[in-house]
Amino acid sequence: MLAMVIDDSRAMRMILRRIAVQLGFEVAEAGNGREALDFLATSEEVPSFALVDWNMPEMNGLDFVTAVRADQRLRSMTLMMVTTEGEQSQIVRALAAGAHEYVIKPFTPDAIEEKLALLGVVATGADA
Amino acid sequence: MALNAQEFSWVCDLVRRESAIVLGPGKEYLVESRLLPLARKAGLSSVTEYIADAQRRPVPGTTKTIVEALTTNETSWFRDVEPFTLLTDSVVPALTASRSGGTSMRIWSAACSSGQEPYSVAMVLQNHLPGAWSYQIHATDLSTEMLTRAETGRFSQLEMNRGLPAPMLVRYFDRVGADWQVSPVLRQNITFAQVNLASALPAVPPFDVIFLRNVLIYFDMDTKRSILQRVRKLLRPEGWLFLGSAETTLGLDGDFERVVTRKTSAYRLKSGYSALASA
Repeated sequence: MLAMVIDDSRAMRMILRRIAVQLGFEVAEAGNGREALDFLATSEEVPSFALVDWNMPEMNGLDFVTAVRADQRLRSMTLMMVTTEGEQSQIVRALAAGAHEYVIKPFTPDAIEEKLALLGVVATGADA
Repeated sequence: MALNAQEFSWVCDLVRRESAIVLGPGKEYLVESRLLPLARKAGLSSVTEYIADAQRRPVPGTTKTIVEALTTNETSWFRDVEPFTLLTDSVVPALTASRSGGTSMRIWSAACSSGQEPYSVAMVLQNHLPGAWSYQIHATDLSTEMLTRAETGRFSQLEMNRGLPAPMLVRYFDRVGADWQVSPVLRQNITFAQVNLASALPAVPPFDVIFLRNVLIYFDMDTKRSILQRVRKLLRPEGWLFLGSAETTLGLDGDFERVVTRKTSAYRLKSGYSALASA
């Protein structure tokens, strides 16, 4: 199973990668939306989900989400924004563009896992 | 003994490195209060000693324990998910069907803590009750500090990220500075009051649904029995009781019957069942 982590911060990619790996996924990383689309164009496997930053050089997360939603081949991919952008209007924009979930930094690893469980991407965790 | 700047910054760096969470200035009390139990457990008398120990000889697992103590203490929205699915898919339809002409639903969140449970229930009812119905949620806790927090309905970004679907956030919360506040649409249906479950309960009208989750585990068998007995008297005959997934009425109260669904369970009164069957 494949997941994508798309963020221009290497440190943030490492943190998100670790969460996805712990959930049993292999991880492909990209530093911006353009790099991510280039990867997806040549990847045989469609990732189960992508964790997507908003502000990145070349192509931002919102444009990436819009591009993915326009591509039939990538329909099964769950998109979760993970960003510092925290205005209500921005969450509305991201959901309207086709993001399934939205996590505002800072977050705990549990937050990502719980939301992936809500979306049915990973199994619901045991009771805390 | 208060933490010095060097100790606080060591903890902040550790948490930031491991979880991306930034503990800002002024969070010294948080570090102290969360790490003191760990220090005591390790046989040390202060957080200062505990930090010095962790710095001097890093034991595998210690840093992880520190990070977890500082990051995983928030309660989730829609905690465990499945009970809220059961509420939506089975309980609300059953209750609205059983009382034709009835128009109001009463819910008790008996250990509401910082408020995520009653507000989660309110979101479900807001979305799934038939138009003619209204609802009232009675939220209680032992801690007046928790009740004040819950009633304010104000939550940090970290708390908001825990299990709250983004469409719900957009619909039912307003941004207030760095925090979020529950909208009046939900708050107007919830009352808050202090209740000690281990003593006599206040005389209030009975409830259609009672959430008594993750609280019985803290009591001994006799107290569990007496709590269930008192709670039972506040449940309507056709009502539903939700316990935590590690809790049960089995061996404690024979008047309850467990209703198992796909991934979770709830409890109903046997007498209520027979009354319904003979009606």
